[in-house]
Amino acid sequence: MIKAILIFNNHGKPRLIRFYQYFAEDMQQQIIRETFHLVSKRDDNVCNFLEGGSLIGGSDYKLIYRHYATLYFVFCVDSSESELGILDLIQVFVETLDKCFENVCELDLIFHMDKVHYILQEVVMGGMVLETNMNEIVAQVELQNRMEKSEASDQ
Amino acid sequence: MSDVVEKTLTALPALFDSQTGAAKITNRLRQLIKSITELTSKHEEENLIKQELSAMKEQVSSPNTTMKQMREIMVRAMYCEMLGYDASFTYIHAIKLAQQGGVLEKRVGYLAVSLFLNEGHELLLLLVNTVLKDLQSTNLIEACMALTVVAQVFPKDMIPAVLPLVEDKLSHPKEIIRRKAVLALYKFYLIAPNQVQHIHAKFRKALCDKDPGVMTSSLHIYLQLIRVNSYKDLTGSFVTILKQVVGGKLPLDFNYHSVPAPWLQIQLLRILSLLGKEDQSTSELMYEVLDESLRRAEMNHNITYAILYECVKAVYTIHPKAELLEKAARCIGNFVLSPKINLKYLGLKALTYVVQHDAKLALQHQMTIIECLDHSDFTIKRETLELLFRITNAQNVTVIIEKMLDFLCYVPIKTLTFAPDNSWFIQTMNDVFSIGGDLLQQDVPNNFLRLLAEGKPEEDDQLRLYAVDSYLTVLKGHTSHLPQCFLQVMSWVLGEYAHLQESVDQREVIQFLTQLLDQRSVSSETRVWILSALTKISEGQTDLILDLAESLSSSQDTVLRQQAQELRHLSQDSQLHEWALPRGAPWDSIEVAGLIVFPYYDKLFLLKLHYVTFGTSVKTFNLAEPKITFSRYSNFFRCTCICLYINFVYHFSSSTLILEGVKRVWGKDGYLPQKEATAPLVDEPSAAVQPPGQHEAAERIESRPEPSTQNQDKQQLASSLFVGLGVGSSMSLVRKLYYDGFTVSLRGNVVDCLEARSTSVCHYALLMDDPHTNVSFTGTVSYQTQPGHTNTLPFSGTLSTADFIRPLVVTTEEYGKLWLSLSHDVKQNLKLLTDAGDPLRTTLNALKDALQLHVVDIIGSEGIVACRLLSGAPCLLHCRVNGTALAMWLRSPHPALPDCILYHCQRALTHH
Repeated sequence: MIKAILIFNNHGKPRLIRFYQYFAEDMQQQIIRETFHLVSKRDDNVCNFLEGGSLIGGSDYKLIYRHYATLYFVFCVDSSESELGILDLIQVFVETLDKCFENVCELDLIFHMDKVHYILQEVVMGGMVLETNMNEIVAQVELQNRMEKSEASDQ
Repeated sequence: MSDVVEKTLTALPALFDSQTGAAKITNRLRQLIKSITELTSKHEEENLIKQELSAMKEQVSSPNTTMKQMREIMVRAMYCEMLGYDASFTYIHAIKLAQQGGVLEKRVGYLAVSLFLNEGHELLLLLVNTVLKDLQSTNLIEACMALTVVAQVFPKDMIPAVLPLVEDKLSHPKEIIRRKAVLALYKFYLIAPNQVQHIHAKFRKALCDKDPGVMTSSLHIYLQLIRVNSYKDLTGSFVTILKQVVGGKLPLDFNYHSVPAPWLQIQLLRILSLLGKEDQSTSELMYEVLDESLRRAEMNHNITYAILYECVKAVYTIHPKAELLEKAARCIGNFVLSPKINLKYLGLKALTYVVQHDAKLALQHQMTIIECLDHSDFTIKRETLELLFRITNAQNVTVIIEKMLDFLCYVPIKTLTFAPDNSWFIQTMNDVFSIGGDLLQQDVPNNFLRLLAEGKPEEDDQLRLYAVDSYLTVLKGHTSHLPQCFLQVMSWVLGEYAHLQESVDQREVIQFLTQLLDQRSVSSETRVWILSALTKISEGQTDLILDLAESLSSSQDTVLRQQAQELRHLSQDSQLHEWALPRGAPWDSIEVAGLIVFPYYDKLFLLKLHYVTFGTSVKTFNLAEPKITFSRYSNFFRCTCICLYINFVYHFSSSTLILEGVKRVWGKDGYLPQKEATAPLVDEPSAAVQPPGQHEAAERIESRPEPSTQNQDKQQLASSLFVGLGVGSSMSLVRKLYYDGFTVSLRGNVVDCLEARSTSVCHYALLMDDPHTNVSFTGTVSYQTQPGHTNTLPFSGTLSTADFIRPLVVTTEEYGKLWLSLSHDVKQNLKLLTDAGDPLRTTLNALKDALQLHVVDIIGSEGIVACRLLSGAPCLLHCRVNGTALAMWLRSPHPALPDCILYHCQRALTHH
């Protein structure tokens, strides 16, 4: 199960936060801060896995992250997930974002937070991996986009 | 691909102005985000968001707000919540949007709901009907949204209401709906397994779904179900599916980097390993496909390694087959030896798993494991230790435990700053201290105490309080097994912060600490810590402290004896106490105040630079240079027991400087350039203790005063002092003392090591031949932090004749002879202490206590008392009761001495 997906930039500013397990609001913020502290201190040449911080779950949990230029994509998962599998899932997610936004950048994530959430919903649902096939994900997103366009043309 | 992403992400700043990429952003959101990025402080952000939230509040309650605007407000609310601000007033509107709006409104409404609300939130009940309606909708997107929200957040007791509808979706013509329905059911199974008991058959249908996506989703459920009840009969199906997948029978669409459905393979391999575990016949069914998987997965992409890893684990989990094991072992080798760090990590993980079955495998990778132990990556290191833990046996246990302790010592520093709450933090540190004990690196207690000390009084008092409480609890129990380092930490914390805990009687704390002192297992170093703590909290508890000081004054340990003296001294003078140990003063604001004169336990004095002595204000070293502050400061764990012992014995002779035990450097004609080796005063610190640079530096004369100055006043000489604050490895000190405008610079000998690792104490003897009631002096401490880098720190202090008076033990006859030989005399009537039965005896005893006089004899109403100046002239006192006064007659060979002593006697009696 995926417990949380956190995207923040190099300064620890959250860009997308999705918890699949309930945490109180202040706890969430603490988790974000802690995760950022843990992850940001790591060099680029160390491995992409980190035993979970003390906040989420304990020893059964780990952080799997990727660092792209200004953004960190962090998945907090339990031991039932494959490390390398999740690592590539992050890649799939980012590539999908790249396709949907035509060269995605941090700004897209900031201004289209809702859209990023919709895309994520097609990848991960309630903490479970729903779809790993990029074409399928993009197809679902486009379906929704068409709906938006039709609304815009109605007006 | 990822390169492209990176490039575009780097181009971010430029995009900020142009806004080309982000079209169609509603104005308010853009404004909000833009103003937030322009802010510089958290405080400004708070204000801005507050404004924003109140504006939103107004907007949502306005009847004129359109649905579209509502959507936009909802996104803003999500943004604020993401930053950690409460936008709970929008929750109900999120539900309303989902209930009443069109598809787009529903979408944002559902998203907001799943982000804002947790499963137990009562508002969710309002959503149940909407979800039911949407589940039945013919609109594909609406049905999808309903399924998503059901899988994300749905109240447990509402599951029966939606269950039939979700079940129906399993036979929906669209695969995306079926897939989501399967996952929703899986979620139900996790939350409430009993409610989905009856649909296990339907899960089987999903497993056989013609769409591989739906089938993949159903594997989630089976992975879970197999753990509970065995589904051995399905083994064949799983094997067939895996065979097909590995054989490339799936549509190409499912390939990822030319690997067929890797995530599906991973799931299947996990299921197979669960099925084949401790089951030979089932295992036999899968040997072939596992072999195939191992063979196929040779492509050099990340995801193939993911499959390989699962394969290896499966091979080692199921009933063993030699041929497969061999292949898997080779695979592990590839992982472990891979230059790619992620693979190395997995290799170690695989080894950790495998050595439980076959410990010999670790042997092959010995060297790699050793390398990984010192790997710079924390995660790798940790995994290696996990592996070591598994292969621990009677032969290697000591080495492995040592490595683990190394690691343990390393952990707290890393994690210090991430502690989730105070209690956890203190508790963990307690564990670390009591388990790691004295093997811990010095940094651990240092950093810990620094963390406690550096905090602001309001913010961190809670943490300190917690520490105090926790330590008091620890001290209530058995303490004999606790490591010295933990005891030291506890004493320091109690000394500094016990007063914060108002509900605890300080006397109780004193008692705890005193009990510790009595324990045999407590080292003398720790005793010093404990006494320091006692000194800090002694205020107002004079009776207890005096008892303690009394019992310690006969201790064999000179350092303890000295500390007990100081303790007594400070506890009797609350003003001095306040000055030396300002309570609750922030660390960075304590100024160097000067020196305190303590009566030394034997014939000399002791001067202590209070800020060094008591650790509380070690930071004052930043007066000299910030850099040193840090190095000193980080070491302050040790510094708490550093003291500079400056022992003065003033000796005023007419023309020569007499330095007891100290090499003469300055004589009547100035600096004496003697080259011969210095005779150590007491004992040299052992070479192991003192840094090699110490002596060189100490033997350098810091500066030469002008000879003219030196000749100005020959009979008044002071000489200097001390040295030897050798903290850490890079500090050495050379000092100067200025006395009455007269500069003498001397080198110091380190004569005593109070604290092996951090302190060296230098004794210098100064004598006073020409008594003055009070003599003030100033001096500087120079120390080197690194070669060629000298810092100086000024100090000053006052000494009086009283500090030099020592008892002169003579018999009555000797007294009589001496009396006659002395020429200078002074007579004066003093106050007689009449509050006791024997006024004369009481008065003389009071004088004796205050001034270290020797009462030779008391005959009737007359008493004879003798004293002398330290290493100098004697002074005899003849006292007689004269009505309500004490007639005192003093005689001495020195013309000024009787006056001085008389003055001090007067003072002593008035202050009595």
